[in-house]
Amino acid sequence: MRRSLRFVFRGKVVELNSFDPNLTLLEWLREERRATGTKEGCNEGDCGACTVALARLRDGRLHLQPVNACILLLGQIDGAELITIEDLSEGGVLHPIQQAMIEHHGSQCGFCTPGIVMSLFVAYHEAERPLTRTAFDDVLSGNLCRCTGYRPIADAAMSAIRGAIDDAFAADSAARQFRLEALQEGSDILIGHEARFFASPATLESLLDIALRHPDATLLAGGTDVGLWVTKKLSDLNKIIWLGRVRGLGGIEETETALKIGAMVTHDAAMPALAALDPDLETLMRRFGSRQVRASGTVGGNLANGSPIGDLAPALIALGATIELRKGGLMRSMPLESFFLSYGKQAREAGEIVTGISIPKLKEGMAFRAFKISKRFDEDISAVMGAFRFTLDQGTIAEARLAYGGMAGVPARARATEAALAGVALDDPHAWTAALKHLEEDFSPISDMRASADYRRKVARAILGKALLEVAGGAASTRIIAREGVVHAS
Amino acid sequence: MPRDAQALSVVHESLPHDSATLHVTGQATYVDDIPEPHGTLHIALGLAPRARGRIVALDLAAVRSAEGVVCVITGKDVPGKNDSSPHLGDEPMLATSEVAFHNQAVFAVVATTRKAARLAARLGRIEIEAETPCVSIADARAEGGRVLPDYAWENDHVAHALSEAQHRLVGEIEIGGQEHFYLEGQVAFALPGEGDEMFVHSSTQHPSEVQHIVARVLGVADHNVTIECRRMGGGFGGKESQASQFAAIAAVAAKLTKYPCKLRLDRDDDFVLTGKRHDFRSAYQVGFDEEGRIRALDLALDARCGYSADLTLGVVDRAMFHSDNAYFLPEAQISTRRLKTNTVSNTAYRGFGGPQGMLATECILDAIAHQLGRDPLDVRKANFYAPGRDRTPYGMPVADCDILLPLVERLETTSEYRARRAEIAAFNAGSPILKKGIALTPVKFGISFTLKHLNQAGALVHVYSDGSVSLNHGGTEMGQGLYVKVAQIVADVFGLPLAAVKITATNTSKVPNTGPTAASSGSDLNGMAAKIAAETIRERMAAEAARRFGCMPGDVVFEHGMVRGAGAEIAFGALAKACVLERISLSSTGFYSTPGITWDRMKRTGRPFFYFAYGAACSEVIIDTMTGEMKLLRADILHDCGQSLNPAIDIGQIEGGFVQGLGWLTTEELVFDAEGRLRTHAPSTYKIPVASDVPADLRTALWYEPNREAAIHHSKAVGEPPVMLAISVFSAVADAVHAIRPGLPVSLRAPATPEAILDACDAQKGLA
Repeated sequence: MRRSLRFVFRGKVVELNSFDPNLTLLEWLREERRATGTKEGCNEGDCGACTVALARLRDGRLHLQPVNACILLLGQIDGAELITIEDLSEGGVLHPIQQAMIEHHGSQCGFCTPGIVMSLFVAYHEAERPLTRTAFDDVLSGNLCRCTGYRPIADAAMSAIRGAIDDAFAADSAARQFRLEALQEGSDILIGHEARFFASPATLESLLDIALRHPDATLLAGGTDVGLWVTKKLSDLNKIIWLGRVRGLGGIEETETALKIGAMVTHDAAMPALAALDPDLETLMRRFGSRQVRASGTVGGNLANGSPIGDLAPALIALGATIELRKGGLMRSMPLESFFLSYGKQAREAGEIVTGISIPKLKEGMAFRAFKISKRFDEDISAVMGAFRFTLDQGTIAEARLAYGGMAGVPARARATEAALAGVALDDPHAWTAALKHLEEDFSPISDMRASADYRRKVARAILGKALLEVAGGAASTRIIAREGVVHAS
Repeated sequence: MPRDAQALSVVHESLPHDSATLHVTGQATYVDDIPEPHGTLHIALGLAPRARGRIVALDLAAVRSAEGVVCVITGKDVPGKNDSSPHLGDEPMLATSEVAFHNQAVFAVVATTRKAARLAARLGRIEIEAETPCVSIADARAEGGRVLPDYAWENDHVAHALSEAQHRLVGEIEIGGQEHFYLEGQVAFALPGEGDEMFVHSSTQHPSEVQHIVARVLGVADHNVTIECRRMGGGFGGKESQASQFAAIAAVAAKLTKYPCKLRLDRDDDFVLTGKRHDFRSAYQVGFDEEGRIRALDLALDARCGYSADLTLGVVDRAMFHSDNAYFLPEAQISTRRLKTNTVSNTAYRGFGGPQGMLATECILDAIAHQLGRDPLDVRKANFYAPGRDRTPYGMPVADCDILLPLVERLETTSEYRARRAEIAAFNAGSPILKKGIALTPVKFGISFTLKHLNQAGALVHVYSDGSVSLNHGGTEMGQGLYVKVAQIVADVFGLPLAAVKITATNTSKVPNTGPTAASSGSDLNGMAAKIAAETIRERMAAEAARRFGCMPGDVVFEHGMVRGAGAEIAFGALAKACVLERISLSSTGFYSTPGITWDRMKRTGRPFFYFAYGAACSEVIIDTMTGEMKLLRADILHDCGQSLNPAIDIGQIEGGFVQGLGWLTTEELVFDAEGRLRTHAPSTYKIPVASDVPADLRTALWYEPNREAAIHHSKAVGEPPVMLAISVFSAVADAVHAIRPGLPVSLRAPATPEAILDACDAQKGLA
């Protein structure tokens, strides 16, 4: 058992024996270290002004990720190297990204700039070269700038992110990797005491054990939701169990027929495997939150917190996924749709852990479509999200699995419509149209700040109609951006 | 980039923002980054749980006893006057008896940490005898409350001209508001001094007004209060009047506790506590001929102002001043109502009412074009101001209206508007679900404050004995590049490189009685004041140089760090040293007031604007008629900055303004519920543009022609006008919707969210 937090900062190992479990990384930086280059813009992980980079070892190499320091709890950086804006021009030499931002007039008020520079710094190390505008849009999906209109930032990024990586970090990478390797070890961490702690179990057994002993503890995965409980609700979380170091929850297993994703796989890490199932899943993951959110947020955390609009759940329900849970020695699994009981209530017992999700692959004769409708293309919560799997048999729909988000208190299947579509011929649009009317029975959506109930009803029908048009092979263009175009256009 | 051959190297150059290196390295200091003296206390606000009613009980015992709390302040504890309004006394710093909007500040908690203050602020029990709030424009129309009297430019000929017109249209346009979403939220840091002194670091566009209001709440004379602002993390009008309340609360807390006190709003609190762009309902009757030329327009603008007047007078007046945009209205009647609602008091926002006034008219022109089956650009051009058709509805002639047509026609050519319109028609013919649209719209924006006394500025320049220059002026830096532009002007006066001029924080003890940095006027006013100050010093230095060289002062030249005359030369620094030894003052103030401004609001006569800035944009969009989703595919912009002081900075303003306007008209939707609660109070629910909303194909060019008026170096103001270039996007969306059923004017509300676009599509299809 380790009783301290360890990470690398400013080239040295920092070891902390006590800290408030609710302390955010941003608070630690700005208030305790007076590192004020990192800014607070929104305090909820949406604007990216607080973006810092975390370097971690993955597959034997240093891997950089952008994260929102405002909603990341300090304990979550154990074992990582923390890189902030102040590190980039160590010794007075500007980083190529900083130089390019100046040359292209990429800052105006400058408040978002440190966060943007950090996002671009990560891309400088991680992105494919040369950076395309499409890739840039993704790199900057979690950084808001209110002044520039982004064009000069895009120019700066595309001019700097081409050719070889040549900066002080690359030059020093062997030593940095060595320093991080020395920090990795497999013991459980507990900082604090029985009544108030930040715990980081290293094995599934330790996790199940501490979760059973402290059923009142908050389970923390990526923190992109729990972080807001702290910063916005001002919840004082006495006991936090962070799952980020638990071995065995972070893997993806692929069999002939299914994909098994561990609960602690981040959205980023899950994206390639999901993308291989269907292009719409790649688009969906690309539009999920932002780069920062996808680097921290996990598949298990997203499902376990049961957002009624979480984009992953409808897609996985349509695919027929099952969720796997463990409590002590007891394991169980259930269809994902059964996990969501009602708004904010899931079928997870106190002390029970979501360990993973199992997703059947699409079989021959199946077609999948997903549509996300939101006010803004990037980094927005859906007004309506629909995901559909059709099993086709010689031009008729043998089975339809239709799942929606934003239409009810939980992500849910449109069972009446599914039944009505069964047996309908793909070349009979009149029959679909009749079937689509059953959505009225399936859902009674509400009006809120994202959309009116009426809009939700209309769009729920429209996107299913589009899916059918596409699957039936109609000639008309049905999408503003083609099915593969969101990620792969340049 | 074209260059003015007469200029020295420093003005008209694309130099980087003066703080660019500090920005990209994280070293630029904002108020919250200033090191806190030991004992600094933090403030959070207790907010009203209802939108309207009388406060019948205020129980703060739990707040007072919460951990870390040092004191709790209510309106009754204010040493001076509990009033943080700009002028009219209608905005209490802390509400005492009545609450007028949901989440109005009722008390302030001062605690040892910010978190302790935030936690304690939620423990207050504010009991309100609630009344039904008046929230929407419809509510306000029914209830009839006003923050200011109605005001109209009446015209007795309009009714007749309307009845005589060949064609008539009647309609109403719904225009949403906008949250500023400056990345740095409202913040003030107050440091108590000796006696009555108070020093406040404030993120404000208007330090002088903050000074007056801090002095007012403290009950002391202005000279005790110093306000300083080095830079803001964005302003956009949202820190013109809105910073005062928070500076005032911080100052009162510092006064009462005798400790430094900081108030930095959490983003959600910033959303609910600060005013926004006014939303409008604009009803019209328009009469026009077969060519689409407007014969008469009767326009009635209703603005939701919130609970107090704030800057509404100027905002709604500016909407009136821009209802013509670029078009000659032979007979126009424009009337306005400034509606009072139980919502946060709406305020200045980049464009200051101009965008709302202009949008209504652009929608009317689209409707005329749709009705007549003509290209909207042709209808626009037919209505342009032109010699002989150049009188505005407020009587001022548009003397330089001959810029409009060539500017628009150049953009029409470079954007290939006609060819693309044909391509789009072909695309639409073969695409039942997706439709494209294109629009080219102009902007004419009046430059000057319409309140005459604000058109003044001061500067203070020192030359030190080593030849280095210190520059101060009343303008504030919010990212727009004002500081670097003014420094360029001063460096140019002395023939020095830019690096020789040190830009110092705006501070009310250096330059007093300033106006806000607003109305796009920052460079025009402060640049001129600084130039005058620098020239005063240069004249003194030139006299000394002439004495040494044996020539006339007028023959002395300052260039490249040297001072030359009669074949001799001396380094600028050496001359500065010599002047000091000769007991010549190397410090001067400069003062400028805009000439020729004569607006009489009551008589509706005079000249409210020094000049007009022009521009045009052409936008192409694609919409999905089944979901209402939209994407901006390409935008071409041509904008008039006169002889730009700094083309790179100006292009930054143009593109940034365009994208901010794009947000206003598309994704940014403010949703208040029936109880008056703002439901979109954070970036999770309020969506400003991100990178992917901006087209990869964005082509921006400058119309580089000298300002015909004697503005600073013949440049033109650029802060606000580009916002209205984004009307081209809204109009392009309308064009795409129109393609569903040509001939029927489109009914589209702003912002054109997917839902708004789908509603317009359904109406066009005859489904709604």
